[in-house]
Formats: sequence, C-alpha cells, structure tokens
Amino acid sequence: METATTLDEIQDPLFIAENWMKEGRDVAIATVVETWGSAPRPTGSHLVIDSEGNFQGSVSGGCVEGAVVTEALDVLESGKPRMLEFGVADETAWRVGLSCGGRIKVYVERLG
Amino acid sequence: MDPNLLKKLNAERLARRAAILVTDLSDGRDRLVREGDAVSGELGVAIEKAFRSGRSGTTEAEGRTFFLNAHLPPPKLVAIGAVHISQALAPMARIAGFDIEIIDPRTAFATAERFPDVPLFAEWPEEVLKRRPFDAYTGVAALTHDPKIDDLPLKAALDTGCFYVGALGSRKTHAKRVERLLGMGVTQEELSRIHSPIGLDIGAASPAEIAVAVLAQIIAAFRSRGIAAEKTEKAA
Repeated sequence: METATTLDEIQDPLFIAENWMKEGRDVAIATVVETWGSAPRPTGSHLVIDSEGNFQGSVSGGCVEGAVVTEALDVLESGKPRMLEFGVADETAWRVGLSCGGRIKVYVERLG
Repeated sequence: MDPNLLKKLNAERLARRAAILVTDLSDGRDRLVREGDAVSGELGVAIEKAFRSGRSGTTEAEGRTFFLNAHLPPPKLVAIGAVHISQALAPMARIAGFDIEIIDPRTAFATAERFPDVPLFAEWPEEVLKRRPFDAYTGVAALTHDPKIDDLPLKAALDTGCFYVGALGSRKTHAKRVERLLGMGVTQEELSRIHSPIGLDIGAASPAEIAVAVLAQIIAAFRSRGIAAEKTEKAA
C-alpha cells in the first residue's frame, strides 16, 4: 500500500512528453491557456502529440482534440507556435466545437 | 517549450515541489520559477498569486502576455490515529481533493475493515516517516490523544513546515503537550502553529462533525499558505 500521490506518471502528459523526447520522437505540446463559460478541461491542461499523430492527455472532453492534433502536426513541421480558439462563437463550431457551450484557447508549441 | 525546462519541471513535480512554467505568449519563450524564487514587478506579483491559489492562467505584465502554468503538488493529509474521527475524515478528505493516509501502530485500530481503500500504516510514525517523510504540502492531524504516538510526528510536522498541523485534545491536554514538545527542542513560535483544540469552532460534537471542522481548518490553511508569513514580515 505504498501508493500515495495522485501524480500518475503513466497517464501524465508531461511525463509522457519527456519519455517520447528521450525516445527521439518529435513532440508538440498543446495547453489550455484560457477558458470561458463551461469548459470541459481547466486552464493548464495538456495534450501531447507526436509527429505520427499519436496523442495523450486532453484539452477538452474529446470535442476538439482531432483539430488540435492536425494543427500540432503543422507546428511540428514549422516550429512556430500557434494559438487556437474553439467555441460555439467560432465559425468552425459546426465541424469542431464545444457542445457544452464554452470557449477555450489552446496554445500549441513544439518541444525543443 | 525548452526540453530542459520540461525535464526540470517534471523533476520538481516528482519531488513534490511547487513550480510554475512561465511562457511568453508573444514569442514562445519560457522559464521555470520555483516557489521562493524572486521575480520582480507585475509578473512577480502574478506568480506569487498563482503559487498561492494553484490556479493557472494568462496575465498581462510589462506590456506582454504571459501564461503561468502552476504545478502544485497534490496536497496530502496524514492522520495520526486510526480512530473514529479518521473514519469520517478519510472519505471527506478524498471528496475535497486531498490524498489521505493513516498511521497508527495499534493494530486493533488500524484495520482494513475499519478503513477500506485508505492507505493505512499499522506501524509507529517514526518508522513510516523514515520512508515517507512529510513535506510542505502535507497536512498533519494528530488524533490519538496518546503522547507516545502523537508527539514525534507533531515535532516532525513543525520541523518540516507542513502547511497544517493540528492536534486533538482539550486545552489542558494541549498545555501538557506544549511542555513535552518544548522539552524536545521545539520553539514557542513553532508551537503556536499547532491548531489545538483541533478544528474550526463550529460546535462540532460527533466524530463526523469534528472531521468536518478539521477538514475546513485544513482547507483554510492550504488556501492561505504564505499569507500569514507575509503578514508577519510586514509587521516586523
């Protein structure tokens, strides 16, 4: 019964990102930097993505992860960070958006 | 993100130390700030606030936009005593978002039947603390009434600077405890950090009500970390 902390190294996106990096994979990190209204994941939440499109963690309840992964692949290519915004006010709401009615800003950057 | 910063950040998190990753959103540059590191200006004020609240967010400072991602260790509670109050405190603490574990060398008290799904150590606190020392993000409630069991972890909690230290017992019991701890080399100032009688004064009577009072006091202590120290500094 030596399990105590809630820091789960196996599930934690930032530990996964570090491990992927050590394996020599290209890694992008997406972070929720702002939320308005009812957002499914709090500010500071991470989704990490490799160049094959594998991902771990979450920035929403699964609503916008697909779009973030696509953007992350571009970020990995260009090396330039991007700010993404999702929400019902967004014109993309019909394609990808937050059904809960909230709005989030996601910052996507390359690791290294 | 700088790969070295990610490694450092993860190392801090593993060691249960608070850190904030600060990203300048205009150029993507980042830095890692540990609790206690001096950062000047508006950014420093925002960082200080983020350490205290544990909340991440964007902030405007020096004409730029920064994102502060606050990584605070998950707060942990240790109850000394597998007693009736602890039986109520354990599930309540979990609901409030605290990990809790219980230490009591009395094997009749520390049974899995009385504490289902709670990390339970049926050993002397001294032994457990050798393997699992307290840290600043640990709150300690001594609930056995027994000096042989309570005193050592109380001293350890004060030495470590645990964010909360509480001890069950009447004023009379506590006065005797103070004498003993003074004898163990604890200073008067440190002793004033012990909450005793334990719990917020809500007239709690039953074990479950006392658990509510204790948990409320723990939450108050956790959310005001650093504020008391600041006030003392200003007064001095």
